[in-house]
Amino acid sequence: MSNNFKPKIVAFYCSNCASSAANVADGMDKALPENIKTIQVPCTGRIEILHLLKPFEEGADGVYVAGCQEDSCQFVTGITKATKRVAHVKMILEQLDIAPERIDIFNLSAGRGQAFVDVASEMNSRIIELGPLLSE
Amino acid sequence: MSEYKSESNLEKILKAGHFAFTGECGPPLGANVEHLKEKAGHLKGCVDAVNVTDNQTAVVRMSSWAASLVLLQEGLEPNFQMVCRDRNRLAIQSDILGVYSHGIKNMLCLSGDHQRFGNHPEAKNVFDIDSMQLIHTVKTMRDEGTFLNGQDIDGPPELFIGAASNPFAEPFEFRIHRLAKKIAVGADFIQTQCIYNMDRFREFMKRAVDMGLHEKCYILAGVTPMKSVGMARYMAKQVPGMDVPASLIKRLQGAGKGKVAGEGIKFAVEQIEEFKEMEGVAGVHLMAIEWEHRVPEISKLAGMLPRPKV
Amino acid sequence: MIVAEQKPITEILEMVEDYTKILVLGCKGCVTVCNVGGSKEAAILASTLKIAKRKTNKKIEVATHTLERQCDPEYVDEVKDMIDDYDAVISIACGVGPQFLSERYPSARIFPGVNTKFMGGAVEHGIWSERCAGCGTCVIHHFGGLCPISRCSKSLMNGPCGGSSNGKCEISKDVDCIWDMIVRKMTELGRLQELLEFVPPKSWITARDGGPRRLIREELVK
Repeated sequence: MSNNFKPKIVAFYCSNCASSAANVADGMDKALPENIKTIQVPCTGRIEILHLLKPFEEGADGVYVAGCQEDSCQFVTGITKATKRVAHVKMILEQLDIAPERIDIFNLSAGRGQAFVDVASEMNSRIIELGPLLSE
Repeated sequence: MSEYKSESNLEKILKAGHFAFTGECGPPLGANVEHLKEKAGHLKGCVDAVNVTDNQTAVVRMSSWAASLVLLQEGLEPNFQMVCRDRNRLAIQSDILGVYSHGIKNMLCLSGDHQRFGNHPEAKNVFDIDSMQLIHTVKTMRDEGTFLNGQDIDGPPELFIGAASNPFAEPFEFRIHRLAKKIAVGADFIQTQCIYNMDRFREFMKRAVDMGLHEKCYILAGVTPMKSVGMARYMAKQVPGMDVPASLIKRLQGAGKGKVAGEGIKFAVEQIEEFKEMEGVAGVHLMAIEWEHRVPEISKLAGMLPRPKV
Repeated sequence: MIVAEQKPITEILEMVEDYTKILVLGCKGCVTVCNVGGSKEAAILASTLKIAKRKTNKKIEVATHTLERQCDPEYVDEVKDMIDDYDAVISIACGVGPQFLSERYPSARIFPGVNTKFMGGAVEHGIWSERCAGCGTCVIHHFGGLCPISRCSKSLMNGPCGGSSNGKCEISKDVDCIWDMIVRKMTELGRLQELLEFVPPKSWITARDGGPRRLIREELVK
């Protein structure tokens, strides 16, 4: 894979656990790589399948969702819904012969700043390894 | 006017009050009838009539009517079986006339296993009529001399009408009523699904006798000898409506290597002895599919030989 | 409602392989209710088609529009000015939609985006179950409000058969034995006697077996 490949990644994160983790990361002076565009949502349950597909339509190489743990979602079932929708999009990608690993969902806990950054790092490395979507 | 409905050997034997003994045979998976004739050879003289299955488990085989004709040629009396899964009422009435014209006298009316089970699961489902309505159809053709639409038949089929009963299927409470319904609609004889739970079957027969069903119809108890522990386990777990007591599986396991089949036959013979004495049971239907060569031995051990001549 | 399922995306892609301007037409009727053909699903399908084309580097244009229903000429008429702008139309309405569109727009290339399955209802959110086979002669009141034609694998009228086990049909543990349910219901209702009466062979003449059907209401015809 070309070392110059900077994947376009879109990250959705909820305003509960994930955002508090983001704040902590900020406070720790840890920033996300600049090729990751973040979108904050009130709850990951608010993310529709279309929201997950649009970034791919418009040129993204990867998408991920960061939300609460299954048992600590402020809106109770939001993260569960988001998990099912991510699974559905994985299925769509597979049928299009696109690596389903290009989309994923992560469960964070409030205040875990390092985790917030690690997740971004993981997706970044993963997409770099997979290469640009067009190359598949 | 004949005192018989069909003058079939089976009917005559039952009417004379003898304990009937029927067997079963599956048609070949092709047009090659050599193995069928071989099986027929084992059964000849041991049983009063032989069931010929109809695309059993929805697996395509030679049709029951054709295999029945082969058996006739070999000197046996076939129990022609017809399922409702594959034919509509036109083909059903046609085939009834056809088989009768060729000398077939006994007919079993069954629903049929759904084609999803079989080797052509994409086939179209027929089920124009159900097994109860099929019994009614044969009875109408025989006793009214008309087709289902009321039109006269030129030469009504004088068939002895059979049906199946599964005392162990669910809902259990309803099974006796379903049996009564089949008899009311016209079944002359019934063969039950194979029995292993003798206690439960005794209970079932008591109810049948209380309702007087044994006086309106001849009830034959189904027996299938267990060949192996594997077979017993399979039937217990995988076959719907089958009740295999744990005690039987234990008994077979205890028989020791190489002796299980013998023990299975022993159990079957014990069952037959008990059925001979059980009130309401007019005979036994032995299903030893692909084990026809053991039927002469089982018939002898169970004291079924020689078969009565009426 | 009529329940349908989206065709596999690979099948849809193959259908429209040669086309570059595609219109996805949704329907606000039954297919919206079963989450397969409404405006939301039309948008998802359009996005999916565009993502697919990213890989082939082919440019396509996909537009969406959702009609009130695709089974009434007055609504189908609504797209008459836009339909010629596209070289392929994927209708995600039930089987009636693409047919009505084909009749109304004979020169348009219309493709069905869903497989229409059955008439049924939602038993749970996200789960729909068949209830009616359209036999044309409804008799559910004789069976405790349950339909043996559509819900018995063998459409028995004098059931159950010997394959009923633990309340399930012999074909699958996921299929309830409707006759088990009918017997229990009629027993509860104190009407078991009725099930002892012989039900004669059904006339299938009012079902699809009798030929394609038509319904005319004289008092409504202009």
